[in-house]
Amino acid sequence: MTSKILETDSTGLGTPPGPVRPVARRRPPGAPTALGLGSAMIFLSLIVLIPLAAVLWKSAEHGPGFFWKSVTTPDAWAALKLTVVASIIVALINLVMGTLIAWVLVRDSFPGKAVLDTLIDLPFALPTIVAGLVLLELYGADSPLGINLAYTRVGVAVALLFVTLPFVVRTVQPVLLELDRDMEQAAASLGAGNWTIFRRIILPNLLPAMVSGTALAFTRSIAEFGSTVLISGNLPFKTQVAAVQIFGQIENDNTASAAAVSTALLVVAFVVLVTLDLVQRWGSRRG
Amino acid sequence: MAERSGVTGPSVVSKYVLRVVVLAYLLFLLVLPVVLIGWKTFQHGLGPFFDALTTHEALHAFQVTFIVALWAVALNTVFGVGTAILLVRHRFPGKRILNAVIDLPLAVSPVVVGLALILVYGRFSSFGGWLEDHGIKIIFSTPGMVLATVFVALPLVVRAVVPVLEEMGDEQEQAAQTLGAGRWQTFRRITVPGIRSALAYGIVLCLARALGEYGAVAVVSGRLVGQTQTLTLYVEERFQNFEQPAAFAAATALALIAIVSLLVIKLLQRKAD
Amino acid sequence: MGHSRRTIAAVAALGVSMSLAACGSDSSGSGGGKKVQLALVAYSTPQAAFQQLIKAFQKTPAGKNITFTQSYGASGDQSRAVASGLKADVVDFSLEPDVTRLVKAGLVASDWNSNPQHGFITDSVVTITTRKGNPKNLKDWPDLIKPGIQVITPNPSTSGGARWNILAGYGAASNKGANKPAGVAYLQSLLKNVPVQDDSGRKALQTFVGGKGDAVITYENEAIFAQQKGQPVDYTVPASTILIENPIAVTKNSAHPAEAKAFVDYLYSPAGQAIWVKNGYRPTVSGVAGADKFPKPTGLFTINDLGGWDKVTTEFFDPQKGIVTGIEKSLGVSTGK
Repeated sequence: MTSKILETDSTGLGTPPGPVRPVARRRPPGAPTALGLGSAMIFLSLIVLIPLAAVLWKSAEHGPGFFWKSVTTPDAWAALKLTVVASIIVALINLVMGTLIAWVLVRDSFPGKAVLDTLIDLPFALPTIVAGLVLLELYGADSPLGINLAYTRVGVAVALLFVTLPFVVRTVQPVLLELDRDMEQAAASLGAGNWTIFRRIILPNLLPAMVSGTALAFTRSIAEFGSTVLISGNLPFKTQVAAVQIFGQIENDNTASAAAVSTALLVVAFVVLVTLDLVQRWGSRRG
Repeated sequence: MAERSGVTGPSVVSKYVLRVVVLAYLLFLLVLPVVLIGWKTFQHGLGPFFDALTTHEALHAFQVTFIVALWAVALNTVFGVGTAILLVRHRFPGKRILNAVIDLPLAVSPVVVGLALILVYGRFSSFGGWLEDHGIKIIFSTPGMVLATVFVALPLVVRAVVPVLEEMGDEQEQAAQTLGAGRWQTFRRITVPGIRSALAYGIVLCLARALGEYGAVAVVSGRLVGQTQTLTLYVEERFQNFEQPAAFAAATALALIAIVSLLVIKLLQRKAD
Repeated sequence: MGHSRRTIAAVAALGVSMSLAACGSDSSGSGGGKKVQLALVAYSTPQAAFQQLIKAFQKTPAGKNITFTQSYGASGDQSRAVASGLKADVVDFSLEPDVTRLVKAGLVASDWNSNPQHGFITDSVVTITTRKGNPKNLKDWPDLIKPGIQVITPNPSTSGGARWNILAGYGAASNKGANKPAGVAYLQSLLKNVPVQDDSGRKALQTFVGGKGDAVITYENEAIFAQQKGQPVDYTVPASTILIENPIAVTKNSAHPAEAKAFVDYLYSPAGQAIWVKNGYRPTVSGVAGADKFPKPTGLFTINDLGGWDKVTTEFFDPQKGIVTGIEKSLGVSTGK
């Protein structure tokens, strides 16, 4: 988990309260208390696992053939493809822009920075219908900015970028704040270039946070519902995202099909999450 | 990320380039929408804003929103910190799976969250029916709404805290324990101060998400006017009834709550430092 | 650390006190005397009408001690909520299959539609609603498929109510279903002119009054409601259109069946129907004041002319091989990218 960083400075200049450099583990991590692990698992089961299992059960009750058929109906397939591709793009943009935003918010200073920092969480707090409405007004046919993205797939991506904005920023920001500048200075005084410092010192420390923020943004994107409808036009086969397609199935009393498509999304999310985890571990091992 | 060519710290050029890129991105994606919402809310002055928010329905929606959000944030904070410590400081079978499962709730579309909760806790399911026989009503009342909100915001605190816990290592915790501190004391004196800022971000994020959630809560709330209507549901309802000013007023109120809670948390943090 | 601990305690106390406050206000609302509380679960459109109807009902002897909890939402959502346990004494939906769902679930008696109105409390028709003054002169179904005209209608797969719109256009173009190819061809051209398919009828109307499109296909009562709310729209009832019938029913497990029935009876009474009429709905009983203001389209047809909901639902809206699904697919593929 913790990454090995610069081999050079390893002296303990422990500036308290020093969440300092990653440390090599000296004690094998102990087993958790039964109470701790148990209550976490009960909580997770009651709220997430059992309900999700009920959905999986629902999608499996007609057998695997039915599952496959539900997922590959033309409109479900189109919606799934659009959703996954858009979410990947959105997650990548978030990875880069979110990290940059966090960087600027922590390391740069300019008038109005505090205001900007405060605004970051707003996309979460706004009801999605308001978000959709406002985005449509800004980037729709009558855009005051002359940017018309309404009823296009780019519109879908913009809506998703809006609702996922806080994830990477807010996971990277605290790590950047805690990051010890001494190491960078030490590296610089040893003649390391900025790019080297970034790559060898900062990036490895930020990486876990960047990855988990990106994973959150991705998973949130594939399930997003309200904000995209208005700006995307919600046209089946063209700009309809999977969540709306699922909603349509429920409206048609095809609960099992809805559950099947949801399960497909869950599987995609799970695979992506596990892959990211592996990549991250591989990355940190390479150091 | 931008190249940097200076020897000590980022060069001036790349610093400005970064700043401009970030500001432009945020301008189009965040600031303009927020300004537009503000303008729509206040274009007729403050009067309509307060009128819209002081109706009986709106006040009740505030109350419901607070109750649901506070419970959800409290539960997610306790669970989030606990799980983060489990994931970073301990080793147990199934840990990697737990790590991946934590994020999954976000990937479930809101209607399905509602559906899933109803499947388990609804009156016509065996578990939900049993609970209801014992006088515990979950779906279509406040507990169901709290459940749905906890569900959709589940990973936020965990994911904010984990990277910082990893980053800070457990040297100090160990030192404290060696010096005779108990688990709880170590947690309170060493761990909490270390993760404080990350925890604060996680909580604000979780709160914002809890305030803004619509789809899942709508399904399990039963949409009872003046009873289980949260502010978000209220926004939707007003909007549907051609009362955009009221809808925007409530949306702005939600945004303001998020802003204020962020500021309060920042203040508390500064005080504690 | 003392600070944050105190804060947490304060927050917790606040939470508890607020939940107590909430319980208190709930129980005080329902307690007291022989008051009976009925749960009304309805689709979103008649919210304004119900607020007037409930007030008027409470002034009658039958309604004196009756209070209501009200829930409004998309018709299908509401029906599913009741099917999964939402307490309801009276249900009011935008289309019959939403009651049928509850009949199948054993929550509504199968003879719910045995009264002379067949269980329908209100009627309406599908109209073409345009900007004030109808600048593009859109009056009949063929006008909507002219090139360059943008028509707003919700997505029929997510909005049960939107199916009325699609079927109105189909029935008009196919001579009430007699000429099926003509009807299908019409829908193909119509959906080509639809740039946005919102997930509910009211949202589609909102999209329209928000400035998108040249016309919105909507119910007559919705158009009237928009006008009453001061929105600059005009509407035309096409010569050939579908009759919309909105069902109402008392649930089987109602705790107060007598009071619930009294309420429904009031809604059917001339006084009750007059309030519906004021809110833009067509009455289902004759001799109601103000009912003559509604134009009578010469080519009016009903869902039964097209074969009834069961047949229509599979034929048009089946997600695998429905006609509308096929059209959406061909349009999506040709305009995609």
